[in-house]
Amino acid sequence: MIRFVIRRVLLALPTLLAMLTVVFLLARVVPGDPAQVVLGDQATPEALAALRDRLGLDRPLSAQYIDFLGGVLQGDFGTSLTTGRSVVTEVAAVLPYTIDLTLSALFVGVLFGMPLGILAAVRRNAWPDYATRVLSLVGLSFPAFVSGILMLLAFAIQLQWFPVIGAAALDDPAGRIHALVLPALNLGLIMTAYVTRVTRSSMLGVLNADFMRTARAKGVSRRALVWRHALPNALIPVVTVVGLYLGTLIGNSVLTEIVFSRPGLGKLILNAISMRDYTLLQGIMVIFAACVIVANTLTDLVYGLIDPRVKY
Amino acid sequence: MTAQLEAPSSAGPRPSALAQAFRSNQTTWIGAILLAAVVLAAVLAPLLAPHDPLQQDILVRLEAPSAEHLLGTDAYGRDVLSRLMYGARISLLVGFASVIAAVTLGGALGIIAGYMGGVIDQLIMGVMDVLLSFPTLLLGLMVVAVLGASLENLIVAIAVTEMAPFARIARAPTLVLREQGFVEAGRALGFHPVRIMAVHILPNLVAELAVMASLWLATAIRTEASLSFIGLGVKPPTATWGGMIREGFENILDAPWLALFPSLAVLITVLALNLLGDGLRDAIDPKLRRE
Repeated sequence: MIRFVIRRVLLALPTLLAMLTVVFLLARVVPGDPAQVVLGDQATPEALAALRDRLGLDRPLSAQYIDFLGGVLQGDFGTSLTTGRSVVTEVAAVLPYTIDLTLSALFVGVLFGMPLGILAAVRRNAWPDYATRVLSLVGLSFPAFVSGILMLLAFAIQLQWFPVIGAAALDDPAGRIHALVLPALNLGLIMTAYVTRVTRSSMLGVLNADFMRTARAKGVSRRALVWRHALPNALIPVVTVVGLYLGTLIGNSVLTEIVFSRPGLGKLILNAISMRDYTLLQGIMVIFAACVIVANTLTDLVYGLIDPRVKY
Repeated sequence: MTAQLEAPSSAGPRPSALAQAFRSNQTTWIGAILLAAVVLAAVLAPLLAPHDPLQQDILVRLEAPSAEHLLGTDAYGRDVLSRLMYGARISLLVGFASVIAAVTLGGALGIIAGYMGGVIDQLIMGVMDVLLSFPTLLLGLMVVAVLGASLENLIVAIAVTEMAPFARIARAPTLVLREQGFVEAGRALGFHPVRIMAVHILPNLVAELAVMASLWLATAIRTEASLSFIGLGVKPPTATWGGMIREGFENILDAPWLALFPSLAVLITVLALNLLGDGLRDAIDPKLRRE
């Protein structure tokens, strides 16, 4: 087990390195001189030179690359060009909001999506199946900001059940949860659609398997058939999709945060873009992509927990 | 991730996958009709649009839907319906162009990786895996932020984010086809690898790539709208759905319809493509769906 974990983590390292390289290169192909971009047209040549020196822009690309990697290894993701604070500080300040949102959306998705998927599979080609299939396809078609705006219009502006601003101070648990309901449902809606579809198709595959026929033949009750025999076998693709979908969830959380005026990584990214703060953008991308790689690795590890056939 | 395991539906002889998709599944029809309506509105926008999408009229700003302006007017007094029709052109143009680029490039790389194998395979798929490890929207956002917001850069950015899935879809069947008799025969006859890949392997993948393309087209249009909503789309005053939603969102308390109508337009288009793609996917060979 331990050896498998170590091997799996080592396998993630090349991906991580390649990802860092892509982000580094992307941040370097910015047209024009970043120093000029930051300081504007009126900047004096001295100020430009000083900033270039501070950012290390006058050094060869390879040296900058090694500096960048060395910094990342030490947990130093650079300094924001606009605020002067370290990227880690900036991210840590808003990360709890994004984690709240993403995890609760994940929870919403599994809570609603799995039962719906099971129902659709068990009642295949009857109305519950058609209804969930159409609804989940509609759910998948919603861009996160479109569903967010519709929810905002209905529940925050018309009915006024929830605040228009989807966040509260971190030390106010009740307010924090109240403000989280709409954003979490919004993000969870798309997640629900995904989980429903995968659970349905995975369950359908298992329900037709030979061992299910055997179980039916020896008189296992319908309830036990679905919950004890089919579901555990159908879980693996579901876990895969939940894991893979984390990346999309993070992307959609950016849009959700904007619609509900929540602080979070999404807001931070937008500020970084509008202020042309490339070091901040680079740092956030590294942290985001690292999260995705960690999530993928964890997904692989979870297989072993739910599938006894996976040997370490 | 759209290609999930699905139990094969009713087996039996089928004349063509396309006919099958439309016969067995009414929702495919709905998707096709909705999509046709959107495409028609976009193509015929100059003829059908009741007003100039850019013409401002301060006297009628933020007006609710009326006989003169069927879907109301925006903060500059521009006709929302006309802007919606012209916006469809941008959405479809960016969507189609980026998916065609992604399917061409991704498909080619996938076939090369699968056919050549070895170091080339590892290199190509390694790069694709890295692309996949970025959330789609964030990668697109980063590329547009770096290149600058313009029509061409949007297409490039979305194509980059959608390339990797096509490479994966093309590679898996290529690995199988490579070992088959007719490919072997081509090699024995001394055909150039490019000829084998283009003439003998590619035709076997076209159906599946086309189906995936229709599903990824939905994602491309959604991504374009999202980027425009964030403010990284084609620059105003050009009408784009995402940009219209963004402007509507700023006036959401006074004029909720401003955000509502373009939101519905995005939703209907994406849903139409998903319905269509889903029906087509169910119709093609279930064995291929497993990858």
